[in-house]
Amino acid sequence: MKKENRIEVSGLQKSFAGKEVLRGVDLEIPVGTSLVIIGGSGSGKSVLLKHILGLLRADAGSIKIDGEEISKFSRRQRKHVDQRIGMLFQNGALFDSMPVWKNVAFAQIQANNLSAEEARQIAKDSLAMVELGEDILDLFPAALSGGTHKRIGLARAISYRPDIIFFDEPTTGLDPIMTDVINHLIVQCVKELGATTMTITHDMSSVRAIADKTALLYKGQIIWHGDRDELETADNPYLRQFMLGLPEGPIEVEGAVA
Amino acid sequence: MGYIAIIGRFVLEFFAASGRLSLFTWHSTAAVFAPPVYLREIIRQVIFIGYFSLPVVALTSFFTGGVLALQIYYGGNQLNSEAIVSTIVALGITRELGPVLGGLMVAGRVSAAIAAEIGTMRVTEQIDALTTLSTDPFKYLVAPRLISATLCMPVLAFFADIIGVMGGFVVGTQSLDFNSAIYVQRTVNFLELDDITSGLIKAAVFGFIIALMGCYHGYNSRGGAQGVGRATTNAVVTASILILMANYIMTSLFFTA
Repeated sequence: MKKENRIEVSGLQKSFAGKEVLRGVDLEIPVGTSLVIIGGSGSGKSVLLKHILGLLRADAGSIKIDGEEISKFSRRQRKHVDQRIGMLFQNGALFDSMPVWKNVAFAQIQANNLSAEEARQIAKDSLAMVELGEDILDLFPAALSGGTHKRIGLARAISYRPDIIFFDEPTTGLDPIMTDVINHLIVQCVKELGATTMTITHDMSSVRAIADKTALLYKGQIIWHGDRDELETADNPYLRQFMLGLPEGPIEVEGAVA
Repeated sequence: MGYIAIIGRFVLEFFAASGRLSLFTWHSTAAVFAPPVYLREIIRQVIFIGYFSLPVVALTSFFTGGVLALQIYYGGNQLNSEAIVSTIVALGITRELGPVLGGLMVAGRVSAAIAAEIGTMRVTEQIDALTTLSTDPFKYLVAPRLISATLCMPVLAFFADIIGVMGGFVVGTQSLDFNSAIYVQRTVNFLELDDITSGLIKAAVFGFIIALMGCYHGYNSRGGAQGVGRATTNAVVTASILILMANYIMTSLFFTA
């Protein structure tokens, strides 16, 4: 039986200073599915994500969550949507001025005016989900490594049990071991929460670990999509070039000398 | 044709920038009056903007008062009117130099710090993170800084007035041999409440400008560390220019009939 779509994007277009970045993006993410969007630098992945998060306004097109059109919503109008969304930013985007516990429980502190004790408990529980101990609760982000930033960012993203989670290049800048740890934590957390997720990355190890479905974005358009199993067998030349990391092929390499 | 295109581009960019700043000012001011109020953030900013700016404002004001006394004395000496030193120092400090020099010093310190902090938050996606966590950056970041700076600057200017007049008094009595009782009496006799309140009102406006410029340039910074550096410089420069322009306008309003 076909699952209902949690997220639907259709005909999404966006230009910056006359340059088309998104040229009619269409995608669907069924409930409980993990979609990974791959593509090179400058292909429009982050711009697409920012539109779904409501951080950018589209020139044209539609974004629906559970059938509700949200692309024209103001911040206040989409508050009920935001409360269902968790987001792990590329470098964690932890608040420098706050200790770890405040970072992790930030959304609940703002929404429910929690006491410090209640907020610390929420932070402890969320940190446990990403296999971090309570010894870091009072540390500030500046004292922590990049990998720990990502884990705390993940703890913050899942702390209010969202049913939609976005991951923006979750393993960029990490060593192979930490990459594996983060991929494992993402899979584990998503499974525990039963969330629908969208991940943007160009790390193929993440794709293989996280994805149920995959889409390739190139020059602002989805040019291939399919199940994870189809990745290895698909004969799309763009996908093959991207997966094998070949400099020659239909994908134009930015800054390459002809 | 090239010149016309350059002028046209400049004019368009000027109006676009004015529009962006006007919209930002509108959103920021609306955020000041809309709930929720982040009291903890306001207190944090009051300590940073008010308390930690006091030494630099006090030192600036003290030496300005002293220099003013010396210059008025040497100028007045040629016209046999040295007696006006205390009066001119008091009026000069309370009406103009206390709030303006205090404002410029605080602009250098606070606008730069605000632009750097918010700019760094912008380029490291912390502002995007705030937004996705259902927190309005205008209410959480901008409003507390605007409130704190607007409240703190009059207090700083008041201290600057007292310390500046004291600077003039110290130089007048210790270096220029004025009688201390007469110096104080002439200061008090010629100084009116309006002189002080006009300076404090100016200081409140300067506080708003200082925080607004820091927030505006920080919030709109782009392009990593270089962008944050540019935002910091622009914040200090525009805040300083706007303080001097606003001072001229307010002086015209307050002191011309």
